[in-house]
Amino acid sequence: MYSQGLIGADGSTVEDEAFLEAFQKRIDAEQKIEPNDPMPEGYRRTLIRQISQHAHSEIVGMLPEGNWITRAPTLRRKAALLAKVQDEGGHGLYLYSAAETLGVSREELTDQLLTGAAKYSSIFNYPALTWADIGAIGWLVDGAAIMNQIALCRCSYGPYSRAMIRICKEESFHQRQGYEILLTLCRGTDEQKQLAQEAINRIWWPALMMFGPHDSESTHSDQSMHWKIKRFSNDSLRDKFVNATVPQADYLGLKVPDPNLKWNEEKQGYDYSDIDWDEFWRVVKGDGICNRDRMKARRKAHREGAWVREAALAFAEKRAAAAEAAKTAAE
Amino acid sequence: MSEKPTPLWEVFIRARNGLSHKHAGSIHAADAEMALQAARDVYTRRGEGQSLWVVRSDQIVASDPVDKDMMFEPTASKIYRHPTFYEIPEEVGNM
Repeated sequence: MYSQGLIGADGSTVEDEAFLEAFQKRIDAEQKIEPNDPMPEGYRRTLIRQISQHAHSEIVGMLPEGNWITRAPTLRRKAALLAKVQDEGGHGLYLYSAAETLGVSREELTDQLLTGAAKYSSIFNYPALTWADIGAIGWLVDGAAIMNQIALCRCSYGPYSRAMIRICKEESFHQRQGYEILLTLCRGTDEQKQLAQEAINRIWWPALMMFGPHDSESTHSDQSMHWKIKRFSNDSLRDKFVNATVPQADYLGLKVPDPNLKWNEEKQGYDYSDIDWDEFWRVVKGDGICNRDRMKARRKAHREGAWVREAALAFAEKRAAAAEAAKTAAE
Repeated sequence: MSEKPTPLWEVFIRARNGLSHKHAGSIHAADAEMALQAARDVYTRRGEGQSLWVVRSDQIVASDPVDKDMMFEPTASKIYRHPTFYEIPEEVGNM
């Protein structure tokens, strides 16, 4: 999903050549860049954009699944889903912290999401219609996210790389719990297997879209690759995902919804149809099935939580003032 | 945005007794009690620790990366601080 974070990224930068060359030398030597190190403005801006979009994706990503917590079929499934959604919230917080080390405040970041100035991954603008979708989301959406995130563990920016390592460790449970849900459905009645098939039909293409535009269309990739913010191209990660996932679908006995999917012996990988790029851009630009709902839910949560944030700060101030007064009195 | 910013805290976790606390990340919270609570929820969901520290980020005094050479470079030239600087005959054995 996080390749989408670079859509429209502005890597232009104003530093002199000597500065940029010295910076590039550090990058080429695989040195990590840490928060207060000198860095080109373009590097900083690109990272803030990508990390914050990644954080927003985690937060908005809680919505489609959170919706199913009360309807999970068993207590085991409910506990797992609850833990998964809590993880997504935690991941959002790790990432906001990483973005904040670049000099942007949490309040600004939240504001950018709520005003629509910042985007989140297109995948979360699709609904989770049935319980099988929860399985398919864990397996395919978290699977695609992991594919992207493993590549980001080696990002040149230290705090982002560290957050990614932590997140990858935690996410493998997400994918496995999703696959297990589908496995159970596929071993069940015909009707249950049909539910699983319909879920993969719905989620397969949106999951492939998470890797972002074609390399040829991914205008800002070059600079990001050069700075090692991103280390693999969108298409190469997408291919890797397809190659890893098709055999897993076969094991479930589910059909990947692509008539052109075919093993290519020569390249040792699958050929597959082109993505519906009109749909991709429509969703990215705000016109997916759930874009408006998601934003409405986030704005409502922020608005209705305002009094809690205010009360917590007021209480902290009151207590600090009382402690100060007691100290003065004792002196 | 007119909302007042909630203070930032750095979170340190001791994975188990015998190890020192290690920086894990940061968290926003209005006061120390809530910072501990939030740090526990965000950074220790899988048995990561036995003990937590939270420190207000604005209370940390840090060296400036610009001074890195002045601060740390001199140690590179003091190779006589390392045991391998000294030559001991092999017959003496491990020392």
